[in-house]
Amino acid sequence: MPHDDPFEHTGMSPSGHPYRPDQDGPLTRFQAMEIAIRELLIEKGVTTEAEIAAAIAYMDTRSPAGGARVVARAWTDPEFRARLLADGSAAVLEMGFPIEALKLIVVENTPRLHNVVVCTLCSCYPRNLLGLPPDWYKQRAYRSRVVREPRRVLAEFGLTLPEGIQVRVHDSTADQRYIVLPMRPEGTEGWSEEDLAALVTRDCMIGVAVPRRPQ
Amino acid sequence: MSGIDKSWHDMGGEAAGPIERTEHDYALWEKRVDALYTIASGKGIFTVDALRRVLEEMGPEAFETMSYYERWVEAINRNLIAAGVYSPAELATKMAEVEARGDEYAAASLDRSDG
Repeated sequence: MPHDDPFEHTGMSPSGHPYRPDQDGPLTRFQAMEIAIRELLIEKGVTTEAEIAAAIAYMDTRSPAGGARVVARAWTDPEFRARLLADGSAAVLEMGFPIEALKLIVVENTPRLHNVVVCTLCSCYPRNLLGLPPDWYKQRAYRSRVVREPRRVLAEFGLTLPEGIQVRVHDSTADQRYIVLPMRPEGTEGWSEEDLAALVTRDCMIGVAVPRRPQ
Repeated sequence: MSGIDKSWHDMGGEAAGPIERTEHDYALWEKRVDALYTIASGKGIFTVDALRRVLEEMGPEAFETMSYYERWVEAINRNLIAAGVYSPAELATKMAEVEARGDEYAAASLDRSDG
């Protein structure tokens, strides 16, 4: 059936990103390689279709909404915040987020310090809390420049920091991942965790943006 | 960073142009590549370090000319062959079979488990 696909692969996706023609154009050599590897692994009993489908379903459950819940909890529960800063891996495991790298380090923004995360070597990212990284995180320009001229890079993202605020850049590795705990916006006293979490975007937790209270 | 002997993939501090804030929703084939890595590494067939070793050996040209998951599927492939899971000949035969099924991904991949 040609039209049973639930998605129209044109225009903007439900998450507001343009579709790329990955699956709509002619079959590429690397797509054929993926299919071939998958089938060989199934035929040889290394994995099953169900196992692959489950891995993708799990991947789809992880998104910045997870990290936002952690941040909102840290803003409203000082004891949790203390545990989160002391041992990020253990604290997020409390909330049901499995540990995927050896160590998760939570870096806290303050009125005098702003943190930003990169992986200069590759694409290491706190996937358990944010899902898969955006393209720009994996590309040369961000990886090269954010460690050299972070203020200029942040300004390109629309975040201009006063000179009085120190900027600290954290370089991730396969074994050590970082996530930023942003500052809670003023004027949000008494807000529910759910409403607070809605202010926390992915970019806030990478450190290229800060949460803002809706005007 | 001139004068420091480092590998091409160690990009921190290099000169580079403006950040292109591109992003896209990952396609099914890309998620499957990611899943193949997760499953193979989870079963101890190869490690994240082995994946990265191949990605780094592929060099800067691959970085510029191939997409992220194109590089990944190639690196996964080389690791699976190195681990003896299948041979290059088996892969070639299977790829020819896949390509003969159709000109588009959905037709070629059968998609038995995805409705």
